[in-house]
Amino acid sequence: MLSLFQYRLPELHNMLHSKDISVSELTEQSLAAIAERDSKVHAFLTLNEEGARQSARMLDDKLASGAARGLLFGLPAGVKDNIVTKGLRTTCASKFLDNFQPIYDATVVSKLRQADAVTIGKLNMDEFAMGGSNENSAYGAVRNPWNLEHVPGGSSGGSAAAVAAGEVLFALGSDTGGSIRQPASYCGVVGLKPTYGLVSRYGLVAFASSLDQIGPVTRNVEDSAYVLQAIAGYDAQDSTSAKVDIPDYLSALTGDISGLRIAVPKEYIGEGVDTAVREQVMSALKVLEGLGAVWEEVSLPHTEYAVAAYYLLASSEASSNLARFDGVRYGVRVDDGGGLLDLYHNSRSRGFGPEVKRRIMLGTYALSSGYYDAYYLKAQKVRTLIKQDFDEVFKKYDVVIGPTAPTTAFKLGSQTEDPLTMYLNDILTIPVNLAGIPAVSIPCGFAEGLPVGLQIIGKEFDESTVLRVAHAFEQNTDYHKERPQL
Amino acid sequence: MSITVKDVQHVAKLARLQLSPEEEAVFTEQMNAILQYAEKLNELDTENVKPTTHVLQVSNVMRDDVVKESLSQEEALLNAPEEEEGHFKVPAVLE
Repeated sequence: MLSLFQYRLPELHNMLHSKDISVSELTEQSLAAIAERDSKVHAFLTLNEEGARQSARMLDDKLASGAARGLLFGLPAGVKDNIVTKGLRTTCASKFLDNFQPIYDATVVSKLRQADAVTIGKLNMDEFAMGGSNENSAYGAVRNPWNLEHVPGGSSGGSAAAVAAGEVLFALGSDTGGSIRQPASYCGVVGLKPTYGLVSRYGLVAFASSLDQIGPVTRNVEDSAYVLQAIAGYDAQDSTSAKVDIPDYLSALTGDISGLRIAVPKEYIGEGVDTAVREQVMSALKVLEGLGAVWEEVSLPHTEYAVAAYYLLASSEASSNLARFDGVRYGVRVDDGGGLLDLYHNSRSRGFGPEVKRRIMLGTYALSSGYYDAYYLKAQKVRTLIKQDFDEVFKKYDVVIGPTAPTTAFKLGSQTEDPLTMYLNDILTIPVNLAGIPAVSIPCGFAEGLPVGLQIIGKEFDESTVLRVAHAFEQNTDYHKERPQL
Repeated sequence: MSITVKDVQHVAKLARLQLSPEEEAVFTEQMNAILQYAEKLNELDTENVKPTTHVLQVSNVMRDDVVKESLSQEEALLNAPEEEEGHFKVPAVLE
């Protein structure tokens, strides 16, 4: 059977409209792809087979009735497992929440339903979104579809791998320090982190609240614009949700980038970035140049401080957010008769994996009496400097472009011994979260058979320009059409 | 500054974590490495820099105080590991 997933989204919509295919067929194709491939990729933690088939039937009825169709009509979607889905198990890839049944839907999940998408299941990730390789999942790591011996990246590794493997048409991920873009880069798909506040975080299990943002993982840029259109917008349920007008992202995909001013930070293409990755990024810049854009080298001088600032801030916020896992209201409870304090200690120690404990410890230390100024406050000040770096560059340029990650996907198990080395993989994505601005990772080539990602960073709430540049590049290259052999 | 196993034990207590002696040893080493790396931030003079707590200029978000539908007791207790008579159950706090 020829995969329906080879068609562009508007083509699929036409085929549905003319009844050449049904939503049920699309759904079955997704479930069949998962049955065939996911034993290798391990992207899914929980399948929503019954629910998905039921939604598909409902949507087919809707199609027959001629009622208006949503923007994502009939599309099989995966949802990262830290986004709550009513009645559908949500674990955050943690043993702590092994049996957790959410009692409400996250706003993005409601929005997917309103847009007529079909939720196929919940996607694997690093436990509580802490990690960059998926090896911190309590349910076993996701494999990179391009090479099963390599990591898919993280923390939204399941989201990126499921899309790359053709198991779903798109997925939602979350990005705190690069968790959408880095796995998208490693798996050769498109991953967009929107501006902080553009997409509601209501129902996203909080890791670092001042940095977390939900975004789409898709096959191509056009799909990314569709999904963003469906999930963006103010939500009274999220007090940090931004009250901004949502533009028409699809109309931004003009293919025209003549006169575009691109800044390429020397810190993003210098030491520490693999030669092969740099080469692909430089040829991508040539493509953009050929389309009439101009690029110049600039400096984001505080880049080298971003990782240190990030780990202090994110861990501090995590230590506070994860205090809610107490063994009383949900999740693991270990009661050995020693009283309430023992119950907390034992439940948390049993439920959390090593990386989560490590970050809770680091954050608790950074926030503890006597160290707050030296670590947490200092990191917040450095965050200001990093944001100012971007503000300065954006006075003269429309976008900032560089690699998404310094390397391609590394081998499973090759970096687990040393957390600091693992943290440094995020050096090119973290500054974007600290500044709160949008960025996308798109495929821009291969090195030794593994995908290389190009990162396009934009001004606050200027997703339109980011998508326009990404789309223009995509229209003139074929990397996004490459699919792994599984 | 470097942290000792004793510091790690103290922080674990604050974080409500029970660590094994092996975990204490590993975390002492790893936290020292990470905090040593974080010392890098001290290369920067931030005397006159304002901290960023939030990237968006958001102030307190207020809403009208109106009664709305909320979770039922049954829903709220759905995931409770132990409950009794409509309450979350905890071990005795008072002797």
